[in-house]
Amino acid sequence: MHPFTLDRPRDLAAALALRAQAGRNDAPAEYIAGGTDMVQLLQEYVRQPERLVSLAGLLDNRIEIGPQGLRLGVAATMAEVAADPAVVEQFPLISEALLNSASPQVRNQATMGGNLLQRTRCPYFRDVGYAACNKRAPGSGCAAIGGENRWHAVLGTSDDCIATNPSDLAVALVALDAAVEIRGAGGSRSLPLVDFHRLPAATPHIETVLEPGEVIAAITVPASSAARRSHYLKVRDRASFEFAVVSAAVALEMDGARIRQARIALGGVGTKPWRVPRVEAALAGASLEPQSLRQAAALAAENAHGRGHNDFKIELMQRAIVRAVEIAGARA
Amino acid sequence: MTTALIGQPISRVDGRRKVTGAATYVAEFQAPGLVHGAIVRSTVANGRIASIDSSAAQQAPGVIAVLTHQNAPKLAYRAHKGAPDPGIGERLHVLQADRVSHQGQPVALVIAEGLEQAVHAAMLVRVTYAPEAAITDIARAEPVPLTPPSETRRGDPDGALAAAEVKLGQTYVIPRENHNPIEMHATIASWDGDSLTLWDKTQWVHNVADEIAAVFGIPARNVRVISPFVGGAFGSALRTWPHVTLAALGARVAGRPVKIMLSRREMYYGTGFRPHTVQRVALGASRDGRLGAILHNGDQETSTYEEFTEALLNATGFLHSCPNVNTRHRLAPMNVHTPTYMRGPGEASGIFAIESAMDELAVALNIDPVELRLRNEPEQDEFRQLPFSSRSTRECYQAAAERFGWSRRNSEPRSMRDGRQLIGWGMATATYGAGRAPASAMARLLPDGTAEVASAASDMGPGTWTSMTQVAAETLGLPIERVRFTLGDTRLPRAPVHGGSITMASVGSAVQAACRKAREDALARGGGTNDVTEAMRRIGQPVEASVDSTPGDESQRFSMHAFGAVFVEVAVDPDLGETRVRRIVGAYGAGRIVNPKLARSQCVGGMIGGIGMALMEHSVVDGRNGRVSNANFAEYAVPVHADAPPVMDVIFVEEHDPHVNPLGVKGVGEIAMVGVAPAITNAIFHATGKRIRELPVTPDKLL
Repeated sequence: MHPFTLDRPRDLAAALALRAQAGRNDAPAEYIAGGTDMVQLLQEYVRQPERLVSLAGLLDNRIEIGPQGLRLGVAATMAEVAADPAVVEQFPLISEALLNSASPQVRNQATMGGNLLQRTRCPYFRDVGYAACNKRAPGSGCAAIGGENRWHAVLGTSDDCIATNPSDLAVALVALDAAVEIRGAGGSRSLPLVDFHRLPAATPHIETVLEPGEVIAAITVPASSAARRSHYLKVRDRASFEFAVVSAAVALEMDGARIRQARIALGGVGTKPWRVPRVEAALAGASLEPQSLRQAAALAAENAHGRGHNDFKIELMQRAIVRAVEIAGARA
Repeated sequence: MTTALIGQPISRVDGRRKVTGAATYVAEFQAPGLVHGAIVRSTVANGRIASIDSSAAQQAPGVIAVLTHQNAPKLAYRAHKGAPDPGIGERLHVLQADRVSHQGQPVALVIAEGLEQAVHAAMLVRVTYAPEAAITDIARAEPVPLTPPSETRRGDPDGALAAAEVKLGQTYVIPRENHNPIEMHATIASWDGDSLTLWDKTQWVHNVADEIAAVFGIPARNVRVISPFVGGAFGSALRTWPHVTLAALGARVAGRPVKIMLSRREMYYGTGFRPHTVQRVALGASRDGRLGAILHNGDQETSTYEEFTEALLNATGFLHSCPNVNTRHRLAPMNVHTPTYMRGPGEASGIFAIESAMDELAVALNIDPVELRLRNEPEQDEFRQLPFSSRSTRECYQAAAERFGWSRRNSEPRSMRDGRQLIGWGMATATYGAGRAPASAMARLLPDGTAEVASAASDMGPGTWTSMTQVAAETLGLPIERVRFTLGDTRLPRAPVHGGSITMASVGSAVQAACRKAREDALARGGGTNDVTEAMRRIGQPVEASVDSTPGDESQRFSMHAFGAVFVEVAVDPDLGETRVRRIVGAYGAGRIVNPKLARSQCVGGMIGGIGMALMEHSVVDGRNGRVSNANFAEYAVPVHADAPPVMDVIFVEEHDPHVNPLGVKGVGEIAMVGVAPAITNAIFHATGKRIRELPVTPDKLL
């Protein structure tokens, strides 16, 4: 690891005052929580911060459910949230997405906030043997374009970056209209999770809207009947402990045999957790017939752009949507 | 009295030590004054080092030395080739010249007080290169014949193929795969004058001593190698890799013991791999399913400095009966490091092609795949014109098919379903050579009725510690808990390489012979008793026997191989392309089974390895520059527990082989990996009607 100073502030205000920043390789100071991703990045010299500011014990880890919905303290671990009885009962999509992520050991250590801020699995980002990576070294180019890009995104890409966002949790949360509470030295703000991650465009090294000295404090998910009738579908090369090739999070409100409202987000295909509003609109009022599902799912492919090895994802993500809607729709 | 221990399902004698952490692996050994080494590796695939600036590294905290080709001592690199080393070419010399031939080649070594200090200083070494055009993609490489050329021909294969009633010809591709044992490769080197002690992860301690002695130009007796436990290897620890030399070199320069442990990423550049292999198979047959012609060509990647070859096409000559056969093996020299043997080397790759083609032929002829093989069952090894020492393929087909329920199979593709899932049943034949090499062992009976037995063997997981204890205890006539077997130290009698499924045949035979001699000596001196414990009590001092055990001419008189049959059920999601293996039944004719519990465990491991080979394992080489894109455990997928099917049934058919070796064993470690991948892809064809000829079968290939 590059030598760094580890700060362990006594309270959150002190941590925020140190103005560390998550998810940017050009930030001289960065926050660390569970560390399951950060330690890998440090060991491989992908991140070389001068300072690490520990958030251990400083952030809320409570899981609260009320009439308004769910509030997850950002320090809650993946294991705690996945196993919480109220989450399992009222927000099974979140529990499913978490249990389909990582391994039990990782889930015991990794936090909600760290999960949303984990860095891409793009192998060119993770291998410093490559000079070119606009995320790691702004302006250096993108080795994934023209390289081995089976893992890469087909939605939201730019000529500077085609890396996928790896979080399963974020896909489920975006489908459920979750919001994040952001705490900074100057106060708090809240915004929809779907607006939290940024498209790479010409600045792929800026991954979120977090400013220096800001952290995620909590995640809120509004109550809805759709949250119960849901399914998280994850396609991958092996049965467990692997990032998604393609995933689909689906939550449905049904009106008899017809869909009243569908909420759908995709993973493994986007440069950020990817909501598909046009598919949702086409499904409103539709039956669960394969033909209509297939037609609606095709709208997800608008503006999709493969780079060779990942072309198959454009077809696979449509099939994943169809299957996930079928499974969710068949649930009581 | 003698109790039957050979053939008993005895639990691992070292199991408690392993699960409690008491077993000491190489990187855990301590040496006084130990310091750490970190390797700087090339980031180009071909060229010359233009400059190295190590000034920042040298000034970094804790740094003791930075070695490059500019300041490293010149090493002797005397000629030495151990059994796992390629016969043609010269091993990689480290830090001796400015030439770079592949990605990840060591270009500098940093020695520092602490591990993190060494790793960090290695990052501070600035290397620039004058890169040259590199060949890193087999499709752009120029395959050339082996030295000497490896081509076999019997009958008139081309004429027979042209005249055949039914023919097919296809190309089968296996990507590069890495061994990925859970334990990283590690070495601790400690000099005392001109004597060197190495703690090294290896499958052959004596070869490490011989190789490092040759590299440094010192007598092999000056090098002691210790390697009691190996956390998996699958062949990656057969050769003595450059990091072992670097540890010894660093220790010599630093004047302190040096430890080098490779990172997971370094394992993809420093310890070999199963080579990317492109095979072409053409089969000709009569309508009633008699093979008339087999043409089997294979091209494999190798480095620019060594010709790595494996027995890719050997089984083609004897697996099925056929009068007209042609095989041709070529190598594509590329800017990569030298490949090496990986579990089931040669056969696992070659039989994927042959047994896939046989399944395609069965489909073309509308003959059951098992029946097709039975119709082509040879009476002898038709390549070598020798009888088999034993061959139980028929028994394996029958036993596995019956256990599997094969007779209920509907041969029509896509005819079996479970809900949305398409179900497929497939099978393949397996074989692996039953070899034996010279081995030595020592047995020492003690007056207290216990015994010490030793040979410098290795145990990379199959259970050598346990199975040798069984052989020793039964032969000595002692309860197993009174026998202590030791291995993994060059001070012990020399054993051959722990690979190729020869350990029990070789070391087991030596242990048996040494124990028999010790027992006979004890009884001869024991005053007429037939009880060795009583005899030892009377003798009152140790009775020791050492034996060098060597094979006879049996391998000249017989064709000696284990055979097996693997049957698989898969479920394929027709929309999402995911394949999961539901059942595997394997039947093996592998001679005598010394420990059915350990042997079953080996076979289950091989089956899971075969699932990896068939469905997910693939070292993705970026053809632009030769770097391995997925050189980590997240993107290089190996099977996890959830991929292991609930049913893995292992059958050992009765087989008494009086010729193969004194114990009548053939070994199961390698054959367990063979045949699994083609059985899976054949089952995928049955499920989906899609024939996938390029591994691994990931979801994108089935959309």
